[in-house]
Amino acid sequence: MQRCLMARWRVTTFLATAACGLLLPTFGCGRPRPGEQVVIKGSDTMVGLGQRWAEAFVKSHQHILVSVTGGGSGTGIAALVEGTCDIAQASREIKKDELEKAVAAGRRCVERVVAWDGVAVIVNPANPVSKVTLEQLSDLFQGKITNWRELGGPDAPVVLLARETSSGTHAFFKKRVLQLGGKRKGADYAAAAILSTSSQTIHDEVASNPNAIGYVGLAYIEEDVKALAVAETPDGPFVPPTVETVMNRTYPISRPLYVYADGEPEGATKEFLDFALSPLGQSLVTDMGFVPVPKYAGRRAEVSRAK
Amino acid sequence: MVALSDATMRAVVICAGSLAILFVILIFVFLFAEATPILKEHSLADMFFGREWRPTSTPERFGLLPLVVGSLMLTVAASILAVPLGLAGAIYIAELASPRAQAVLKPFVELLAAVPSVVYGFLGLTLLAPLVRQIFHLPTGLTGFTASIILAYMALPTILSLCDDAIRAVPQSIRLGSLALGTTKWQTIRYAVLPAARPGIVPAVMLGIGRVIGETMTVLMVAGMAGTVPKSLFEPMRTMTGTIAAEMGEAARGSTHFHALFLVGALLFVITFIINAIADIAIRRRQPR
Repeated sequence: MQRCLMARWRVTTFLATAACGLLLPTFGCGRPRPGEQVVIKGSDTMVGLGQRWAEAFVKSHQHILVSVTGGGSGTGIAALVEGTCDIAQASREIKKDELEKAVAAGRRCVERVVAWDGVAVIVNPANPVSKVTLEQLSDLFQGKITNWRELGGPDAPVVLLARETSSGTHAFFKKRVLQLGGKRKGADYAAAAILSTSSQTIHDEVASNPNAIGYVGLAYIEEDVKALAVAETPDGPFVPPTVETVMNRTYPISRPLYVYADGEPEGATKEFLDFALSPLGQSLVTDMGFVPVPKYAGRRAEVSRAK
Repeated sequence: MVALSDATMRAVVICAGSLAILFVILIFVFLFAEATPILKEHSLADMFFGREWRPTSTPERFGLLPLVVGSLMLTVAASILAVPLGLAGAIYIAELASPRAQAVLKPFVELLAAVPSVVYGFLGLTLLAPLVRQIFHLPTGLTGFTASIILAYMALPTILSLCDDAIRAVPQSIRLGSLALGTTKWQTIRYAVLPAARPGIVPAVMLGIGRVIGETMTVLMVAGMAGTVPKSLFEPMRTMTGTIAAEMGEAARGSTHFHALFLVGALLFVITFIINAIADIAIRRRQPR
């Protein structure tokens, strides 16, 4: 009798759990009501920054719920198009086909630069090479330079470390460095390049491997890796990546970090973006290893241009 | 009351059983339905013999060869490392170890199975990869070899623990009967106990291999993930699971890349299905009823 009851109880619990599981998606996951909740999604590079902003923001705006998730710049923009987030964070500009999808879905993508980031090229401290030109970097990452000897280093093979194809940094570095901003159309990473899912992985491998070269955000430059000074032309000047050189635009591999919203932001979304661009919000940008927007003035534009 | 609950339980169990079949069929249909649109743009032959996986280049290339070769090389290498070790360990724990050693070893081995794969990946990245690079004088330690060592280590507890259960389940009478014929302990294990435990050992090995081929996180962190066909185990390689995990987030819904990833998933499904079928045949063949 006791066992039979137990069995029944278990079946009922099981069914109840299953029913909850089936019904749950209908509650709570709809489009958030504007004015009370800000859902932020996108770039993995920026997810830490978004979370930092959110933590500070809710202290002064306790009635507003903020959620920040990563997944990649493309994931965030796709979510904005589908209407499942209010703000998409992106470490690259919106792509042409993404914009077409957004327009087709009736979204007006308003773009704003919220911070700048320098992409540092790092090598092991034991590597004697300390400066490169953009062209040399392009040759390196395309697999045309395969031995450190060619750059005045030791006779050792070059181990290339790049980010995975889903990363905004992967796309940015390809366009800015490999293709020299458009001068070498069609240039692409060497097939042998090791693709890493995170900047941390690249940092760790470079720190332990004297043959390796990789690229990471400014925040990942630490004592155990050496950031190369980069020049546009062989005559120089060779500029090391620092907050100052990114801010005054002398370091060649720097990029803006964007947020996208549907239409002109209003309500809680507007309050959040205003906070992010306020002196306090921009001081958090510095804390996270990024570079603040000059004079805290966010560029603002509705994106409609065909790229 | 008893009769009623028997009937309900019977119904519930039948439902649960057929649900499993239904889910497999649904997954199969879904995977293939999402994968087929890519055939409009790339032919199957192009993809299966394509030697480069470059989903974001122009023109995009979806050569599956690097992924398939990478997955298979890793799985074979990890199995060669893990299966003999696992089986030997199981024989030791089940047949030879003292009860006290058994009581310590078994729980510890099972504890290994509970370690999350990220932790193994992290250990591989920070400890094993530099070691492999120095010992074998390789340009980088992020290679298939490093990953297969870690994968073998992850599959080991599954294989060992299940083989141990299978060997223990062999009736004592078989051991005693064999020993009574004057065989040594080793002969008894080799010719009486192991053949009797075979129906349990084969699935144990298959589950271990299944863990290896399906493992994603460790591979992402340690195997290097380069998109070319590896020429040896000591090169960076890319796997099917790792590719899906790394790229699904960014692939726009309905794009060619999206469908290509589903094709990789479907292929993985077919390969796992084949491995399971082989295991099933292997169990049945030597078991005349």
